[in-house]
Amino acid sequence: MARLDVKIKDLELKNPVMTASGTFGYGLEFADLMPLDGIGGIIVKGTTLKPREGNDYPRMAETASGMLNCVGLQNKGVDYFCEHIYPQIKDINTNMIVNVSGSSPEDYAECAARIDALENIPAIELNISCPNVKDGGMAFGVTCAGASSVVKAVRERYHKTLIVKLSPNVTDISEIARAVEAEGADSVSLINTLMGMAIDIERRKTLLSINTGGLSGPAVKPVALRMVWQVAKAVKIPVVGLGGICNSKDAIEFLMAGATAIEIGTANFLDPAVSIKVRDGINEWLDSHGCKSVHEIIGVID
Amino acid sequence: MKKYLLDLRVKSVEQIHQRYVLIKLTDDKPLPEMLPGQFVEIRVDGSPNTFLRRPISINFVDIEANELWLLVAAVGEGTKKLALLKPGDMLNCLLPLGNGFTMPQSSEERILLVGGGVGVAPLLYMGAQMAKMGCIPTFLLGARTAKDLLMLDIFKSYGRVCVTTEDGSEGEKGFVTNHSLLQNERFDRIATCGPTPMMKAVARYSRKAQTECEASLENLMACGLGACLCCVEKTTEGNLCVCKDGPVFNIRKLLWQD
Repeated sequence: MARLDVKIKDLELKNPVMTASGTFGYGLEFADLMPLDGIGGIIVKGTTLKPREGNDYPRMAETASGMLNCVGLQNKGVDYFCEHIYPQIKDINTNMIVNVSGSSPEDYAECAARIDALENIPAIELNISCPNVKDGGMAFGVTCAGASSVVKAVRERYHKTLIVKLSPNVTDISEIARAVEAEGADSVSLINTLMGMAIDIERRKTLLSINTGGLSGPAVKPVALRMVWQVAKAVKIPVVGLGGICNSKDAIEFLMAGATAIEIGTANFLDPAVSIKVRDGINEWLDSHGCKSVHEIIGVID
Repeated sequence: MKKYLLDLRVKSVEQIHQRYVLIKLTDDKPLPEMLPGQFVEIRVDGSPNTFLRRPISINFVDIEANELWLLVAAVGEGTKKLALLKPGDMLNCLLPLGNGFTMPQSSEERILLVGGGVGVAPLLYMGAQMAKMGCIPTFLLGARTAKDLLMLDIFKSYGRVCVTTEDGSEGEKGFVTNHSLLQNERFDRIATCGPTPMMKAVARYSRKAQTECEASLENLMACGLGACLCCVEKTTEGNLCVCKDGPVFNIRKLLWQD
């Protein structure tokens, strides 16, 4: 049994496997199907200051080795989360991390401050990269100035581990990563979905209600891996890698590319217990290759 | 209800119509409890074009034979692959998902089950469970032509069956909502599953007749567990997940007042 524990600033993960926001609900939905406390963390659904209804149906389209979604941050708002959801998840024995989104730096900061007060939420993941909402989200994540402004506002009011989730829909993701590092982000996670589109040629209409959506799944993995590798070389803070990870081999690639931890997203829809299998697969690989700790492989690719 | 991820064994695949197959699955262990109206998310093969699970409603559960029946319309790439399954193949199933139809509280209740096309599937299990408690269901089943009426004999073994076909080749001619039954009789509750225009017409009838009505929706979905929020339906309570809050909804909750 190799050592699997990793740290992201003050956040201690028993293993580097987490589930990605928007793909694992609040964890509770999967409790019958896998031991939630077996993974390093669960990043719960994107939460905003005010409730959001999200975009109209249809919000999903299957594409080759992937899917597009344009859910648009449907959630009941941070107050509902604190009052009704937090009590149900606070005793799950793993890191319950909240993904925070907003439409202005002040929104983000206020939402983050309310979550700062929750004892059993040790970290947030700041979503400056949602491609499916007009007022905010990715708008902040595609420029250094926008990304900096949100992280700066949140950093003043959030005192625990702050992970910033980056958009791949940019010219140079390393530049954005460095900008948020400079404003005090403790970690960056990448990638959020790639903006995409699909058309029903018989109906001559797009398959999604707002025409475009975010592409996820194995289709995006090579792009994600390349970006993780670039960013890991560009910043000193730990990098969390995600994008199309479906098995332990995929996860090990991300670790080798420089990710300290990884998130599993779309693969949860294919196999709700996949994250435990990825954890076990990483462990077996390390054992069979004579590695005593996962740290021996993190960032081995120059 | 506890959910399970099971590799079930294909016992038989029967082509019951040009476009429909009846797949019977079994397991060495007793199958979990499932309710009429619930569904299963099936892993087709994980290949690039059919890599998300496919939601299929529970057609019937034969407890004695330990069988789960799925009536599948082979319309897309995923369901066409399911139709090619052979006895002995394994199928990875996530089940049981969603909420079922409201069951009668007494054998006196008069329940009408209205189905069209492959939407008749969950009504068989519903009717069979009702019959088991001594409440004989009335089925109102619609199809384009006589040969498109699915599993008619087995429906008849559980209750009274009324039929409409669009070409009049069997039963009354027209749509289900044109059937004389709806003019001549009153029911305590209606459960419906089928094409959305049909269900909306049934909902209109129910509102007029002031009869409780539940409809089973089949929005496109990914996770099946209420996690991804892709399959939402607009309701009086905002956007709700068809997979978790449905697939069965009381029509009063749906914004179908057209």
